[in-house]
Amino acid sequence: MTNAILTGLMLGGMYALVAMGLTLQYGVARIMNLSYGEFLVAAAFAAHWLFTAWALSPFVGLAFVIPVSFGVSYAIYRILLTPLVRRAPNRDALEVDSILATFGLMFVVQGILLTVFGGAYYSYSFLAVPITVLGETLALNRMVALALAVIAGSALYLALTRTRIGTAIRAVAVDPSSARLVAIDVTQMSALAFALGGAMVAAAGVLVSMFLTFSATTGVVFTMKALIVVVMGGIGNLLGCLIAGLALGLSEALVATYVDPGLTLAVNYALFLGVLLIKPAGLFGRAQR
Amino acid sequence: MIGAPVAIPLALAAVAGLAAVPFVVDAYYLALAISLLQFTVLSTAWGLFSGPTRYISLATAAFFGIGAYTVAVLGELLPWPLVLAIAGIIGVLTAAVVGFSTLRLSGVYFVIFTFGLAELIRQLVVWYEVNKSRVLGRYVFADITQTDIYWQLLALAVVTFVIGWAIARSRLGFALRIIGEDETVAQHCGINTTVAKVALFTVSATIMTIAGAIMAPRWTYIEPSIAFNAMISFQVVIMALLGGAHRLWGPVLGAIPMTLLFEFLSARFPSTFTIIMGVVFLLIVYALPRGVIGLLQRLANRPTKRSEAIS
Repeated sequence: MTNAILTGLMLGGMYALVAMGLTLQYGVARIMNLSYGEFLVAAAFAAHWLFTAWALSPFVGLAFVIPVSFGVSYAIYRILLTPLVRRAPNRDALEVDSILATFGLMFVVQGILLTVFGGAYYSYSFLAVPITVLGETLALNRMVALALAVIAGSALYLALTRTRIGTAIRAVAVDPSSARLVAIDVTQMSALAFALGGAMVAAAGVLVSMFLTFSATTGVVFTMKALIVVVMGGIGNLLGCLIAGLALGLSEALVATYVDPGLTLAVNYALFLGVLLIKPAGLFGRAQR
Repeated sequence: MIGAPVAIPLALAAVAGLAAVPFVVDAYYLALAISLLQFTVLSTAWGLFSGPTRYISLATAAFFGIGAYTVAVLGELLPWPLVLAIAGIIGVLTAAVVGFSTLRLSGVYFVIFTFGLAELIRQLVVWYEVNKSRVLGRYVFADITQTDIYWQLLALAVVTFVIGWAIARSRLGFALRIIGEDETVAQHCGINTTVAKVALFTVSATIMTIAGAIMAPRWTYIEPSIAFNAMISFQVVIMALLGGAHRLWGPVLGAIPMTLLFEFLSARFPSTFTIIMGVVFLLIVYALPRGVIGLLQRLANRPTKRSEAIS
């Protein structure tokens, strides 16, 4: 029981971290990014490559991967998505267009990964040392990843609540047209939020690569889970993200331990639908319209 | 527009011409014709629902896979028409359950749910096969030739178009167009939007399921990862968008060139196929947001500007 709960909490912390970037991209920049998981896997591959070819530890890898992903995401928003934002007459139209565009992007990124790395599963051994917590044996790399996830999440939270730019980003999330009235550059802030989301997903990718096996085609699963967590927690809400992520991780670990590991996705969906049927705006979301 | 007295004989002649194809072409072109028909049916069925309502469904592979896998399980046990009927019924039930649980929520939740539906059903099938029936992967030994598949698909295509034509002229079709324009307005008009959406989603999904069942004998060996191949969802959306999903005839205009392009690309560039497809998809989203049909309409009605206002 303790083991299942600890595993669940670690898994949940990971889901929350994975989903934080998406809640920025979707909550602020209004881009529902279906290629999100592909970027996570790309970061995981980058960490793997740095570790095996250059013997750089994933911690050092973070310093390379995060800025690169920030820049790439910024460019993607500016070049690929800004035309869609301009073209869309309202939020719903932008949603449809962004879903379609990122759906195409997902296949492009996946195709590039497949061409470079092939379809095989990758993993590397880093800090795979057993440690004992509360009488249960856990892997050190998972604990370290979780600790880093907590640091990254807290840093993001503080940046959003304590800085001027963070406040502007939150204003755009609440109401883009009113944000313009108080002299916030909405396009710039959306691009920044999208890029920050890209940086978060890269960090998540590097951390996940330390203890999970991954392949060029596993990105879809991460996108799914991130979407479920974001919607369940309430779009654009970091705290909701954390709670929903933990709930998802716990339920998954408990089902995997006591029912059947093959049914985890079904549990995800059941939880997702259950929450939405009771609270359509998510656990911490405000009702829109 | 051509009037009904001319259009109906023309359509009949076209169907008769298409039905004669297996007599004049060799096996390679017959296989190609089957692919063309398959994607015509799937993308038209996709357009039936997603065109008027503008809800993007990414679940084509889920229903197609349900059909194919039903055949894999029952194909040897029961006569063929009965197998198709059962596949259709399973499709109706699944679509109704999915529809009623997700279509009352906002459109995004529907997209998220359909995005993972194929994977969810695949996981459930694998779980059941591993734990209960203890067979993973099945052989399809139905006594169905390529020509039979072709004719069945042709019949399904005709049925799909007739259904689409009938829906567009019914109260349901009108209600759906209002939902597509503005869902709040539709509710205020007294339309039960959930029932209308679920009904259409079920029709569309059932056609996809039957298409999957018809196509199943093409593979001799089926396992869940073959049946629930996410690529199909992707291909169908890209085709329907290229053609223009807001008109019944739109998706065909996308399905035919795209199937030929897939055929060409997968033979010539097998390794970079996915990248090229993604780029083509992006090009369509950016350059042709209303599809070929939208482009044709714009060209035809350029002086009046009326079609823009209506469509």
